Amino acid sequence: MKTPSPFQTDALIAEDIDAYLHQHQHKSLLRFITCGSVDDGKSTLIGRLLYDSKMIFEDQLAALESDSKRNGTQGEEIDFALLVDGLAAEREQGITIDVAYRFFTTEKRKFIVADTPGHEQYTRNMVTGASTADLAVILIDGRKGMLQQTRRHSYLVHLLGIRHVVLAVNKMDLVGYDETTYEHIVADYRAFAQSIGIKQFTAIPISGFKGDNITAASDNTPWYAGPSLIQHLETVEVDAAAAQAAPFRMPVQWVNRPNLDFRGFAGQIASGAIRPGDAVRIVPSGKTSTVTRIVTFDGDLDEAVAGQSVTLTLADEVDCSRGDLIATAGDPPQASDQFRATFVWMDEEALKPGRGYWLKLGTQLVTAAIQPPEYEIDVNSLEHLAAKALGLNAIGVAEFATDRPIAFEPYGINRQLGGFILIDKFTNATVAAGMIDFSLRRADNVHWQPTAITRDDHAVMKNQTPRVLWFTGLSGSGKSTIANEVEKQLFLMNRHTFLLDGDNVRHGLNRDLGFTETDRIENIRRVGEVAKLMADAGLIVLTAFISPFRAERQMVRGMLPPGEFIEIFVDTPLEVAEARDVKGLYKKARSGDLKNFTGIDSPYEAPEKPEIRVNTVDMTPEEAAEHIIRQIMPLK
Amino acid sequence: MIDLTHLERLEAESIYIFREVVAEAENPVMLYSVGKDSSVMLHLARKAFYPAPPPFPVLHVASGWDFKDLLVHRDRTVREYGLKLIIAANEEAEAQGINPFDTGSALYSQAQLTDPLKRALSENGFDAAFGGGRRDEEKARAKERIFSFRNAAHRWDPKSQRPELWNLYNAKKSKGESIRVFPISNWTELDIWQYIALEKIDIVPLYFSKPRPTVERDGMLLVVDDERFRLEPGEEPVTRSVRFRTLGCYPLTGATVSDATEMSHIIQEMLLTTSSERQGRAIDKGQSASMEDKKQEGYF
Repeated sequence: MKTPSPFQTDALIAEDIDAYLHQHQHKSLLRFITCGSVDDGKSTLIGRLLYDSKMIFEDQLAALESDSKRNGTQGEEIDFALLVDGLAAEREQGITIDVAYRFFTTEKRKFIVADTPGHEQYTRNMVTGASTADLAVILIDGRKGMLQQTRRHSYLVHLLGIRHVVLAVNKMDLVGYDETTYEHIVADYRAFAQSIGIKQFTAIPISGFKGDNITAASDNTPWYAGPSLIQHLETVEVDAAAAQAAPFRMPVQWVNRPNLDFRGFAGQIASGAIRPGDAVRIVPSGKTSTVTRIVTFDGDLDEAVAGQSVTLTLADEVDCSRGDLIATAGDPPQASDQFRATFVWMDEEALKPGRGYWLKLGTQLVTAAIQPPEYEIDVNSLEHLAAKALGLNAIGVAEFATDRPIAFEPYGINRQLGGFILIDKFTNATVAAGMIDFSLRRADNVHWQPTAITRDDHAVMKNQTPRVLWFTGLSGSGKSTIANEVEKQLFLMNRHTFLLDGDNVRHGLNRDLGFTETDRIENIRRVGEVAKLMADAGLIVLTAFISPFRAERQMVRGMLPPGEFIEIFVDTPLEVAEARDVKGLYKKARSGDLKNFTGIDSPYEAPEKPEIRVNTVDMTPEEAAEHIIRQIMPLK
Repeated sequence: MIDLTHLERLEAESIYIFREVVAEAENPVMLYSVGKDSSVMLHLARKAFYPAPPPFPVLHVASGWDFKDLLVHRDRTVREYGLKLIIAANEEAEAQGINPFDTGSALYSQAQLTDPLKRALSENGFDAAFGGGRRDEEKARAKERIFSFRNAAHRWDPKSQRPELWNLYNAKKSKGESIRVFPISNWTELDIWQYIALEKIDIVPLYFSKPRPTVERDGMLLVVDDERFRLEPGEEPVTRSVRFRTLGCYPLTGATVSDATEMSHIIQEMLLTTSSERQGRAIDKGQSASMEDKKQEGYF
């Protein structure tokens, strides 16, 4: 294909390749996303950009032409959309269902385009594409004007912190290149953009299909005096200067220790600049040191800036490893274990407030629990709705608590240090993307009070090793009966014990909780904390709770020192427990009078590897208790 | 204020990805095909861990029909940089009667490339493998994540990919899963060549034009790289100045006639060319979704 285009100077390539290469080595990079509704012509626009920038070769073009005739929607003309709709299944459906990244280059810039789907159920993909974009092109079909989805996409673009917005009013060829139509749409959009906080945008009338105002000003729109889409994309300022002017921050990815004489901290600089001799502080520990060298394969640097991957060496042997952040000493970021964040739920399985999720921010990986959301944001009306949990594609605002302090910046200040993902601890799926709004000051103000008498002292005084014997099993499985028996026998052995019983705790500490999944999680979290405090006091704690979810039992295990949590699975089959029905609860559940009953209409996740397994079919409670005590001996 | 060029930004991103994997995986490996993309990947790996050497071995899937020059280059590179090389090969190919002349391309690539690769990954217990795939190569690749998960059978499920936001990669694996990581996903062919030129990266001489014995077959120019090349009746090798844009098994990889003996001329040809680099590969032909099918099977 030899179409003359403003993208590449074929003459220069042919005549003086070295000059061409020199010119192209100094190009900058712009990442942008295109978003629009199903039929706004996104894929066509991207196909057009690739076509015009000569990123399509003859063999691909031949395939495209034959594909166009077979699957295309443009009759005999080339259907550019087919060029970018990748996966075979979606090609047949004629819609894009995932994020695809495309590349093209002009004389001034290299571009990476995220093609993100426009239809209803895929907020998640659009958020993904937007997270790395510097600029967003929002497409509107000139025949239809603003749609619900235009509002949603604009809101998401704004939420994800994209500062450069282009409003591309597409399919101008189908509205006769009418200026009034265009101006109406722009005015509508301006009013909406202002209402959600988009401060400015650039509007361009285009036709992706015909090529108007894509690379050069179109003769069809003499009333439009602004830049073509490409001209605008080539010249828009990326925020590099601002990023470099910000205070220095670098998350440590990996400690480079090839031999005893070298210890370097490898990472990509998230903001600011650094020079040898600069004073730095390790966050969250607060230790300070001085940068001695900026090491790279290409030699030591005098200065490194945001975006570069480097290795720093420090003057002092400070404790610093993956997950720590190296910051300028005088202006470090905050570190907190509580913050408020806006987050997008991306998983089929809904958010469970109170449950522990992995939270990854920069190179930090911690466990985070989420409070019930303050509200959910309806992406269509932008109203705040009351919400107990969040489902797929829902956006909410909630308070987060992490198991140790993490260093961060509000997302509005730094995307790299304010954006995080949540990972389900069992499926390992990425379930949410979050943006930190601000730190909750109480975490900064509530400090651990060091106590003179340690937990070891308490244990020694009682002449025993603390344990939490965690009984789990169905209602009526015999947990309380066996736990009681174990406590009696331990008591006879002069052990200091305490039994926390599910029903009893619900009369007091947890009387505000019901039986929804969310409340059940909170129930176990509180019991876990109480059990931990009692173990700190040196006691052997027995707990008898259904505790149906693996994740919460795992959470309690994580609260205690290794070896102190003993999971005891009272493995009585459902039929047996239901046949006994000591409290008459199964009958009520079966008749529908009792909702969310474990084993009936609420799941029980059996332990995979309990420390001890007993049942009440083959053993009497006394035998089960003896078996348990044999397993946990010795106790000091 | 320092303005980073697009190549500097790509380089920094790739280095970041290498380090994330090494920090989070237990037993990573780098797939090393000895081609230009692999050479760039190796160069980036050396940069990422400097002054330490790359903290993982490199794995070459040798089909037995590799270009001689490629093997020489591989062994020299491994020696020079002190790398640990693992070679994966199908030892029984000859006994099974598999060769690039008689075996269909699908079965051939399965038996000689995909299966040995999967076996080597499983046998060595590698939980993360760096690959040189680029999103600009092919439509199916454009949608692949940088961290791409494979189940225990090394299959890719394009429907259940994890979203990748910002520069946060979720490297948590379930039992039996492994990750294919593509550190140069965002590079284009032009970026690769520019970077090779700029960084003076040593690449296999097959990329440069030289008089080579060739035969023309099925619209492709094949180089008679050794005496095992089976000539059809009436075929006679002709010496032509040719080079390769992509390197696979020599009886399946088409050469292009060229005078480009220097890097800048290669780039010049690439920019002025009218066909994509994968056109030289017999394996990609067939229906247009075939790359996606192969990826689902575990082809890199």
